[in-house]
Amino acid sequence: MMTVTAYPATTHPAATPAGTIDATAMNATAMNKIVVLGATAGIALEVQCLLARRGCDLLLVSRSPQRLAELQADLAVRGAQQVLTYSADLASIQQHAAIFEFARHNFPDFDTVLLAYGCMHDQKESEGSVDVLLEELRVNFVSAAAILTLFAADLERRRTGCVAAITSVAGDRGRRSNYVYGSAKGALSLFLQGLRCRLHPAGVRVITIKPGPVQTPITDHLPNAARFADPEQVARDIVGALERRSPDVLYTPKIWRYVMTAVRQIPETIFKRLPF
Amino acid sequence: MPEILRAAAPGFLLPYGLGRSYGDSCLNSGRELIDCRRLNRILGFDESTGMVRCEGGVSLSDIIDVFLPKGWFLPVTPGTRFVTVGGAIANDVHGKNHHCAGTFGAHVCQLGVHRSNDGLVICNFEENPDMLRATIGGLGLTGVIAWADIQLKRVAGPWIDAESIPFQSLNAFLDLSRESNDRCEYTVAWLDCFAGKNPRGIFFRGNHAADHGKEFHPKRGPKLPLALPAWLLNRYSIRAFNTAYYRSHAARKSAAVVPYVSFFYPLDSIRQWNLLYGRQGFLQYQCVIPETNLEAFGELLDRIACSGMGSFLGVLKQFGSAPPVGMLSFPRPGLTIALDFAMRGERTLKLMQSLDEIVQQSGGALYPAKDARMSPALFEASFPRWRGFVPYIDPKMSSSFWRRVTGAQS
Repeated sequence: MMTVTAYPATTHPAATPAGTIDATAMNATAMNKIVVLGATAGIALEVQCLLARRGCDLLLVSRSPQRLAELQADLAVRGAQQVLTYSADLASIQQHAAIFEFARHNFPDFDTVLLAYGCMHDQKESEGSVDVLLEELRVNFVSAAAILTLFAADLERRRTGCVAAITSVAGDRGRRSNYVYGSAKGALSLFLQGLRCRLHPAGVRVITIKPGPVQTPITDHLPNAARFADPEQVARDIVGALERRSPDVLYTPKIWRYVMTAVRQIPETIFKRLPF
Repeated sequence: MPEILRAAAPGFLLPYGLGRSYGDSCLNSGRELIDCRRLNRILGFDESTGMVRCEGGVSLSDIIDVFLPKGWFLPVTPGTRFVTVGGAIANDVHGKNHHCAGTFGAHVCQLGVHRSNDGLVICNFEENPDMLRATIGGLGLTGVIAWADIQLKRVAGPWIDAESIPFQSLNAFLDLSRESNDRCEYTVAWLDCFAGKNPRGIFFRGNHAADHGKEFHPKRGPKLPLALPAWLLNRYSIRAFNTAYYRSHAARKSAAVVPYVSFFYPLDSIRQWNLLYGRQGFLQYQCVIPETNLEAFGELLDRIACSGMGSFLGVLKQFGSAPPVGMLSFPRPGLTIALDFAMRGERTLKLMQSLDEIVQQSGGALYPAKDARMSPALFEASFPRWRGFVPYIDPKMSSSFWRRVTGAQS
């Protein structure tokens, strides 16, 4: 039995029961105004639901204006106080300045930036095509490092807030089956490590989020996708990490911290002979 | 969605939500399922009327989390909150308030269903009312429920004024039920099915409590990490459990204010509780027997007790007389009982067949959402008008259940 996944349809009749939204003040945390880069990414969708329920303000950045508009309505009903959207292609570095300017002017005292976008091509494809390889590195690492640099500088200047980015356990060790995606995410993890050291004196937190395989659109094509982690559980871990002061590096689900600690210990001479 | 529907071969698709149907009504052996869990946006909410429009993949748990803090609750809720809105409609689920609120489908005012041949079809009481009646209780066969407008109900808060009362015979249960149905919104009973014709049990009833200011935050319960060994649940351990459960409730103070979670969803507190039954799993049996035929009901309980294969989750409820809203809705006036039986092969199937005979002779019915084995004849007896539903089936949709009970090829 195969499973095909339904994505939200892009057209709905106008939601007639629009009504007013009760924006009750919720429990205040350090995390109140969050910029989500890649708001329609699978994990981001779940994180945003939880943040909305806490009554946070959100600025959502993603490509499709249509999906952003639908998301905006959904999160407002779920309890978000303010939901701003900005439609842009995050993979295009030329657009970064405009995104950042929009945030600075319309969402000036944001306290958290969550980077959630990424792409995963078939490994074999990127072995056979330099274009695909570069695209994967550019989206997952180069553009991510570029946009985080803009936002980090602002938080550093204001000496407050938190930068969080979703990398992957795949970045902890290069493997035959997905080292291209892994190297891009690994590079991003290294970048965040350095950024953390730089921003520490300014009191800005940097959280590296390393999920194991999660059931999201970018993993749908993989075998065994049904056994991957539930995105809602991953989102709960992420929101927990944003709220608390620790940890710097979040593995989610938790077991991956131990799994990857073990995987990193395997000597290279053995590791290169392993089939995965 | 239109692309998915267009691309498939006839009879090859079935919408799938959270997979909580016990049998094969949510399966499509050798064919394909449409995973609807990502159709999970809330599209609009009218604070003044409590009307919510949400996509089919939104879970009931999600609705409670978002709207209970605003003072709204589900109009009808089944025994688990981990089902989707689409699934609740497609199975026209019922709850402890069936006697006064009817089924879930009775609170659906409008819905949109994606169909392979005519796109998104809007159904309400004026527009396509027949398609609405077919889709409610339609087991997902009429298309993919894109969104639905559901009328929520006003509540003061998350608390329930609950009462539990022990009883020692079927007649005592009926007296309690009749008396309580007038003044309690929720009524249900737990049954010790080892006791035969004169079963003992605990009658639960409750109403939404007035707000008393206390907050409640549901916690995530523990999770059964793996299937327990099958021998753990045997007639002795279940008998011991049932006795302990009965005694503890009979001894306890009967009235209390409890959070909605423990009143409506006791089983949700253990995630993956189904693994209790081991790798063999279990079969669920839920039937309804007309109240005029209490003899038959007693006979049913007797056969279960004699078999020694009883379960610790015997649930008994008196349905109300509200007319069914869907063409294939299961609830009808009478007594319904739901039981789990650990799967022990032929022995279990034989017992269930002998229960089938009673159900069929008494003019009762079996619940498709919980069935994995009923015969085409019993389906025919339970839903004599199912052929009137057939024209509304989307040609691209089919399910293992449907092919099994109707012999349909596609």
